[in-house]
Parts: sequence; C-alpha cells; structure tokens
Amino acid sequence: MSTHQHNHSLFGLWLYILSDCVLFAGLFATFAVLRGQTFGNLSGSDLLHLSTLLVQTLVLLTSSMIIGLTTQAKSRGVILFGLAATFILGLVFIGFEIQEFAGLVAAGAGPGHSAFLSSFFVLVGTHGLHVAVGMLWMLILGVQVWLHGTTHAFSRRLTMLALFWHFLDIVWIAIFSIVYLLSTTL
Amino acid sequence: MNFFGTLSIDSFVQTSAVAMGAQVFVIVAATGGVLWLIFSGTLDWLWREWLTSLDHKRIGVMYLILAGIMGVRGLADATLLRTQQATAALPSSGYLSAEHFAEIFSAHGVIMIFFVAMPLIFGLINLVIPLQIRSRDVAFPFLNSLSLWLTVAGALLVNASLVVGQFSAAGWLPYPPLSELAFSPGVGVDYYIWALQIAGVASLISAINFLTTIITMRTHGMRLMHMPMFTWTTLGSMLLVLFAFPLLTVVLALLFFDRALGMHFFTSTLGGNPMMFVNLIWAWGHPEVYILVLPLFGVFSEVVPTFSHKKLFGYTSMVVATMAITALSFLVWVHHFFTMGAGANVNAVFGIATMAIAIPTGVKIFNWLFTMFRGRIVFKTPMLWFMGFVSTFVIGGMTGVLLSIPGADYQLHNSVFLVAHFHNMIIGGVVFGFFAGFTYWFPKFAGFTLDERLGKWAFWLWVTGFLVAFMPLYALGLMGMTRRLYVVDPSWQPLLIVAAVGLAIILAAVAVQIAQLVVSVRNRERLHAGHNPWGSHAPEWAPLPPVDRTHNTGVAMCIGALAFLGGFGMVWHMWWLAILALAVSAVLFILPPFKHV
Ligand code: HEM
Ligand SMILES: [Cu+2]
Repeated sequence: MSTHQHNHSLFGLWLYILSDCVLFAGLFATFAVLRGQTFGNLSGSDLLHLSTLLVQTLVLLTSSMIIGLTTQAKSRGVILFGLAATFILGLVFIGFEIQEFAGLVAAGAGPGHSAFLSSFFVLVGTHGLHVAVGMLWMLILGVQVWLHGTTHAFSRRLTMLALFWHFLDIVWIAIFSIVYLLSTTL
Repeated sequence: MNFFGTLSIDSFVQTSAVAMGAQVFVIVAATGGVLWLIFSGTLDWLWREWLTSLDHKRIGVMYLILAGIMGVRGLADATLLRTQQATAALPSSGYLSAEHFAEIFSAHGVIMIFFVAMPLIFGLINLVIPLQIRSRDVAFPFLNSLSLWLTVAGALLVNASLVVGQFSAAGWLPYPPLSELAFSPGVGVDYYIWALQIAGVASLISAINFLTTIITMRTHGMRLMHMPMFTWTTLGSMLLVLFAFPLLTVVLALLFFDRALGMHFFTSTLGGNPMMFVNLIWAWGHPEVYILVLPLFGVFSEVVPTFSHKKLFGYTSMVVATMAITALSFLVWVHHFFTMGAGANVNAVFGIATMAIAIPTGVKIFNWLFTMFRGRIVFKTPMLWFMGFVSTFVIGGMTGVLLSIPGADYQLHNSVFLVAHFHNMIIGGVVFGFFAGFTYWFPKFAGFTLDERLGKWAFWLWVTGFLVAFMPLYALGLMGMTRRLYVVDPSWQPLLIVAAVGLAIILAAVAVQIAQLVVSVRNRERLHAGHNPWGSHAPEWAPLPPVDRTHNTGVAMCIGALAFLGGFGMVWHMWWLAILALAVSAVLFILPPFKHV
C-alpha cells in the first residue's frame, strides 16, 4: 500500500461525499415540499429551542476542530486523546438529538403524525445516523492506533475520517438553517 | 413480537397455476443447481477461481452470466405478457388474471433494467476499462467484488418473491398512492424496494470505483483528451450513477418508511404528497436511461473506426457531446409526467430541454456516419450491429422528440406508443450496442472469434423480430391502446398477434446466439484469433504485461449473502434478521484492514 493507494482512497471518499450531498439534497427537497403539511400537529416553529440547538451546534463544531487538530498530531497518546474527545462530543450531540426525538414522540408528535413530522425526523435522523457511523469509525481507528501505533495507513484513515466529520458539520449547518431557523418564518 | 415477522405458511401458497409453476420451477432449479455443484465436484474450483476472485475480468464475466440468467427470466415474462395480450381480446380474458398480469409486467421491467441491462454494462466496463487505460486492475478490487455480489443478492430477492409471497404489481416505478400499504398490502412492493435498494447501493459503489480508476489510474502519458471514447462515455455514465442513484436510495427509503413505519411522505393522508415520489424517482430515472446507453455509444465509437479502417471522425466533438448529454440528462425529468399538472410554462421549459438532448445525440450519429464516409468498411458482425443500431435508434429518437412536445404527449402518454419508444431505445441502443461490444471484444478474452455465419443469422433475426414486435405498438398507441392492459379491444388483436410473432422471432434470435456460443467454443481451434484480430489501434488491443495474480477473498460474497438475508428480513418484518445481517456484514467489512495495517 503505497502513496498511490492513498490517492485512491481519498479520491474515492470525495466521490462518496459528493454522492452523499445528493442524498441529503433529496431529503432537504422533500422537507421543503412537506414542511407546511403539519395537519394540525406541531409545526416548525414549535421545534425551535435555541438554547439546546446552540449547544448542539457548538459541540459539533468543537468536535470538528479537535479532529482536525488530531490529524496533525504525531504521538499515539495525543491521537487517542483527540479521538476520545471527538467521540464524547459526538455522543453528547446524539444524546441531545435522541432527547429531542423522544420528547416529540412522547408529546404525540412522532414521525407518523404528519408529513411535516415524517420529513423532519428522517432528515435530521439521517444526519444523526451519519454521526453515529462516524463515531463507530472513530472507535475502530482508536483500537487500531492503540494496537499498532501510527502507521502510514493509519494517518491516511484518520485524514479520511476527519474529512467525513467536517462534511457532517456542513450538513448540520444546513439543517440548522433550513430546518430550524427558517421555520420561524412560517 | 413474532419470530418470523409477517411470514407464515400461507405465504408459500400461490393462487394461480402459472404462479405455482414458476414457484416449483425456481425451487427445482435452485436445489438442482446446488446439488449439481456439490456432487459434480466443481464447487471447489468455482469457489477458488471465480466466486472469490477479485480479478476485474472474472468479475466482468460473472456480471454477464448474471445478466444472461436474468435475461431468460425477463424474456419468459415478456412471453407471458405478449401471449396474454394477443389472446385476451374481449370478451375473452386470456389466461392471466389482472393481478398476475400486473405482477408480471412489473417484474419484467425491473428485471430487464436492473438485472439485465445494468449488469451488461457493468460487465463490459469491468472487462474493458482497465485494459483501455492500461491499469493493472480497478482502484478498489474488493469493492468491485462487493458490487457484484450485492447485485446478485438483489436479483435473488426478486426471484425469491416467486417462491414466498409475491412481487410488486405496481409497475417498474411503483407510483404512490397505489404502492402504499393501503392499496398494496402484500409484500410485493417491499420485495421491490429491497431488491433495488441493495442493487442500487452496488451500482453506486461501482461508480465510485470506476470514476476513481479512470481519473487516477490511467497509464503514464494518457491525458484526458487521449482517453479512448469508451472510457469517456463510461466516465459520463458513472458520473450519472454517482449523482442520480442517491436519489433512488432516498425515494425507496421514504416509501419503505411510509409502508413499514406508518410515515406520510407519499400517502394521500396527513399531508403526504405522491407527486414528490414521481419527481424524485424520475430525477433518478431519466439519468438512468443515459447511464444505460452512454457506454454503448462508446462501444460504437470503438467499433465504427475499426471496421471502417479510419480514425474516429471528430473526437473532440464526441467528447463534448458525451459531456453535454451527461449534463442535460439531469434537466429533463419532467417529460415523464407532462400530464400531471406541472402547468404549461414548466412543461414548455422541460419540453425544450428534452429536445435539446437530440442535438448532442445527433452530433454523435453524424460523427459515426462521417467516420464511415470514404472508409474501407468491412461488415463483420460488430459493424452489422452498428448498422442495426443507427437505423432503429433513429426511429426511437424521433418518436422521443415527438413525445417531448407536451401537447402531443397528452395524447400519447402511457399509450403503447410510449412502450414502443422506450423498447426502441433500449433494444436498439443498449441491447444491440452490447452485442456489438461483446462480439468485438470477445476474442480479446477468449482467444478466438465468434462464428460469423451464426452471428449474422442472429443479427437479421433480432432486427426483424424487433421491428415486427414493436412497430405495431406505435400504431396501436396511435389507435388509443393504453399500456398495461390485461384485456384488449378486439380491433387491436390483429396487430397484437403480429407483435407476438415478433417476440417469437426474437426468441429464435436468442436461440441462434446461444448456438453461436456453443459452436464457436467447439470450433475454437479454427476460429483462433491473434492478439488483434480486427487490426484495431485502440490501446486495449496492445499486448498486456503479465498480471500478477490478485489475491482472493470470500468476504464480498458472504456480505452479498447477508444482504440477501437482511433484505428478506426487511420484507417480512423480521427486524432481528435484518439487524443481525447488517451487524455481521459490518464486522466482516471492518475486520480485513485490521489484518494488514
Ligand atoms: C425482447 C423482447 C421484449 C418484449 C416482447 C417485451 C415486451 C414488453 C411488454 C409486453 C411490456 C408491457 C407493455 C404494456 O404494459 O402494455 C413491456 C414493458 C417494459 N419492458 Fe419490455 N419487452 C422486451 C424486452 C425488453 C428489454 C430488453 C428491456 C430492458 C432492457 C425491457 C424493459 C421494459 C420496461 C422497463 C417495461 C415497462 C414496464 C412497465 O412499465 O410496467 N423490455 N415489455
Ligand atoms: Cu426521460
């Protein structure tokens, strides 16, 4: 596995991210079409609780910064620390999201209660699922660096993970703006 | 919570004789195949040399075998459809029930597009691209094998529906609200969703693989504008897969959420919007038709210069036209539903955009013709297929432009005129193009050419059969016959009988092709070909450096098997099975990098 392989994987990941952009574009379009279809249930402005959103956003952005710095680190200890910190922040983010979802379901506003709620849950949930996959990836890289130290292949994988994680950040900014902030205008 | 989900003994009961026949056939064929493998002692060899192979050539061949097997099934379905319509002139109602007829035309379309046409192009691409750009293999050999086995898993799910439960009866693109739980309560639509979801992911992975291969692995000195045309058109096609297939993933997932989790994306209640489905599916579906045909345009750009003994006319304009088609493919999807209320202005925009695609396509046609002009043309079978292609494809193109006029489309939409149009494009373009490429590149891999005499027979039978089977449909469409009718007006019967005769001629053509393969293998000594039998200058014909054998792995095939089980679990709401299959696949996928860090 030479630097050649490096170029392949990174290029492949960029292509995957492009295709994932289209996937989210489909979900955003669906949300845009269905967001007025509340059918008497909760609407977008009811979901806006700026304080938790602010925390969620800050948590995710910070985690992105940490993983970005981690890619520059050389020592095993620092890398493990960086991965762990990112993982925990990811966990906090997901925790908030689960809490929000559970609250909605308990309040009789689950995904089956209106087209708006369906599109909300699936769009935000798909992002959450991506975050969870990213965390799994972190876990795997953590074990690898723990066992084998920082090999060449490892730093390639870490760079790729960081790229993926930054991408999820950007999607979150779009969700934040379109799903939450724009809903106040409805 | 039931262990078997919604599956029960009753799920195995098929209601009609034809369906029972199909069920028994699948069971016998599957057990027979497995027993034969075990007792003939070929299993070991098959496993070592083929199933676990990561070699792009073998993977390509396996794609073609999959397409061949599923093609037989698709043709069997076509035979049922044609004989039903030819005999079901009122007051007779033929031998198929309305429900069963609907299931068959849905399965026919799905199989032909996803499990015949797509594997055909992926087979050709696998075989030829690495040779054309002179790389040792594809960028990700393991993912290549994974794509193959996921596609096989999807195909198996479609066939499993013959044994347990039933297939979707909602058409090859299952429009809601018909495809929603309220109107399609069985598992048919769920089989459809998971077969395509799995095969769709496979296509996406392949696109990433081949784009990476073409962009980063070309031989030293091959700049973009030096790439052979087949590589260019494959690049265009794979770009389309990359940007279109995620939309298929989304729309299938949302439909499944509606059906299984009670959500309301496309339902007619609680604010759901069926038109959202129609838009999303065609935003994938129109690019899909170019995904299929673009690589075959590339094949013709290789075949025509070789057999005209001239350089390709207008290489640069060919590249530009390919990329123009790639871009325009995303801007025309509304032409599939002009009649569904978009309004005059929107229809006009999309109508004009659609007509615009005819321009780059026309550029290509003229380039091929100018390549032939004053060339020293030799009519070997690949060149004949090109002749068959230009003469039929142009008819289909013109009827397509006719359909792109919204006013005309209001009259012709969903009539059999439309059915004639797209078969004209798919058979004339994709199928004939594949035959051209197959006969052309066959000696590269087999070391001998295919029998010319039988090849010519097959060609003439195919072209005649195609014309006899589908030209009547244009007329019937103009006479007012709508598509998907299980009983027909007696005044249409004569032409429907003609169409059935056309299908019989096509079946004869396929039989001749099978005979051609057998005869050629028998006479391989006599048909022995040097390394460049057609005297082509294209890079794939130059002798290759010996390839170091790639290593094998059975992991991809195991993940394919798990995907089948997982899909089956989803269809029957056995959530534990789906989750288990996913978890085990993930472990299998994650473990290998641990071994060689
Ligand atoms: C070989 C001869 C073939 C015959 C005789 C045939 C016949 C038919 C018939 C009778 C229908 C239904 C028409 C109706 O509902 O009124 C149909 C639909 C369709 N066929 Fe074929 N077919 C053939 C080959 C192919 C091939 C090669 C492909 C694709 C690679 C294909 C793709 C489709 C699709 C996508 C549909 C639409 C299904 C639907 O809308 O429900 N067919 N065909
Ligand atoms: Cu179209």
